[in-house]
Amino acid sequence: VSTSASAASPRRRTGPARYPVLIVLIVLLLLVVSPLLVVAVNAIKSPADYATHGPLSLPRSLHLSGIVDFWNRVNFGRKLLNSLIVSVVVAVLGVLLSVLNAYALGIGRVKGRIWFLVFFLVANLLPQEVLVYPLYYLSKSLQLYDSLTAIIIIFTVIQSAFGTYLLSSVYAEFPTELLDAAAVDGAGKWRTLWRVVVPVSRPTLAVLFTFFFIWTWNEFFLPLIFLVTNDNQTVPVALGVLQGDRLMDATTTSASALIGILPAMIFFLVFQRTLTRGITAGAIK
Amino acid sequence: VEGRTGPSTRDLLQKAWAMATQRSKRHGGYAVFLIPGVLASIGVIVVPLVMTVWISFTRWQGIGSPEWIGLANYSRLVRDANFWASFGHILSLILAMAVVPTLVGLVLAAVLFDYIAKVFGNRTASVFRSGFYLPQVLPVAVTGIVWGWILHPSYGALNKILDTVGLASLARNWLGDPKYALLSVMAIMVWVQLGYPVVMFMAGLQRIDPELYEAADLDGATWWQRFRRITVYLIRPEFYVVLVTTTIAALKIFGQIFVLTRGGPSNATLVPSYFAYKNFFENANVGYGSAISTVLTLIIVVLAFVFLRIQTRDQRLNQKTGRA
Repeated sequence: VSTSASAASPRRRTGPARYPVLIVLIVLLLLVVSPLLVVAVNAIKSPADYATHGPLSLPRSLHLSGIVDFWNRVNFGRKLLNSLIVSVVVAVLGVLLSVLNAYALGIGRVKGRIWFLVFFLVANLLPQEVLVYPLYYLSKSLQLYDSLTAIIIIFTVIQSAFGTYLLSSVYAEFPTELLDAAAVDGAGKWRTLWRVVVPVSRPTLAVLFTFFFIWTWNEFFLPLIFLVTNDNQTVPVALGVLQGDRLMDATTTSASALIGILPAMIFFLVFQRTLTRGITAGAIK
Repeated sequence: VEGRTGPSTRDLLQKAWAMATQRSKRHGGYAVFLIPGVLASIGVIVVPLVMTVWISFTRWQGIGSPEWIGLANYSRLVRDANFWASFGHILSLILAMAVVPTLVGLVLAAVLFDYIAKVFGNRTASVFRSGFYLPQVLPVAVTGIVWGWILHPSYGALNKILDTVGLASLARNWLGDPKYALLSVMAIMVWVQLGYPVVMFMAGLQRIDPELYEAADLDGATWWQRFRRITVYLIRPEFYVVLVTTTIAALKIFGQIFVLTRGGPSNATLVPSYFAYKNFFENANVGYGSAISTVLTLIIVVLAFVFLRIQTRDQRLNQKTGRA
């Protein structure tokens, strides 16, 4: 696209408005990014440095104790591990469940599939508030309250509602020849699913996996309610409930924000290509 | 039935038999694959949903057995100033989360795609795109901490900056003053949401044939004319998707409110989901909280289906008139 687009209109290259437009955009970009930069700068400052030079000066010396203190105080390693376990398991199980549902709805064209699809669409739209109290009540009676298991089960189903909806439309256009060829080779439905459908649709499944992982990582509401013990909390919950804590001064707060930002940034960089492809695949979230 | 005058019944039957046997090879028998998904959905979505709707007709503290009170929760809702206020705030948040980001995002995407990418190269354009998208990847709680810290009345960066540049009189308790809290939250939400429309619209613009722009250039169209007649017109599918998803996100907002203001000060930023949460887990008014969630759910589902209807009608209209 790049070469054809740039060759298409050579005369606009020399327009007088060339730099003003760029400068306006750069200013806007700085406005968007600056909150994160300010946080990063102050996270590595000593409280004394902050008190004397304010939030905008660069740190006089690299002061990592704010980050280390915060890390140890909230046992951040544990929270990272919890978040990682929940997000990976949900992403894997969610993709699996979406594949099974979409195989029946998109390729199998099961009777009444329209109604199943309407159901999954509505399930997608539901605010979690309308499910939360019964889930809270039921998980308590099943001894699952305050456990990662409950959160994993709930998010697997919630994410797979979206996955089913998206994947069914992808599978509806799955090349019939491939399925017929598999049938001719004597492959049953189960075998066809694993040997033909899943490998062929792997790029879409990778996008789904990425979405599920990041969405689950960022989830706040249900983990806030279900994970009450310190040792069970995920990263967002740990950070969220500390807001307004009296022990949190300016530099500790920005240190906490920074170690919350870092994993998200890493995922962003790692998954960037899949993500930009996926967002345009029609995300309904 | 219409085939009576055509091929013989025998032929038809043979064909039908052949089709039926072929069908059964690939079709039918797939329902098994739905079983895990259906069972899980019943347990996690259907049963809780039905329970919430049922509880909304009862008085229940979360312990003991619920007491059926019919529509009492709903009639209380209609008279509750907080309920109306929470939906009023949602209207402001739709402005901040759906309308403004969509419009600004549209202009930004068009400028990046149609101007920056052509004059300064695709790389520059995608750097801008990633930058604008950055706030979207942050966990809600982190957004709350970042802005809660920047807007903090005593040690926050914004008031310090205002102080440094001699505008100390403009310093406010941004999130703690009922007059400014909602506006502050709205500004933060514009920041959060902006990247999503930019990415979506830039992707949509890829579909547009560059020749259309060249033709417009030859006709002497101004940049604004091209923007309105070509860009906006052709990316309507993305426009709908973005508007629906961001509006629904605004209706569902919880995390940012929880972390930034907890609905305060004095309910100035109360939203339906936080209002329901308070009734569930702070006031033990489970019946009332369920009524709030049920109303919120109804609004979201109806809105989504209205949007879908408009979208499909628009598509059908275009197919009839033979446009893209």
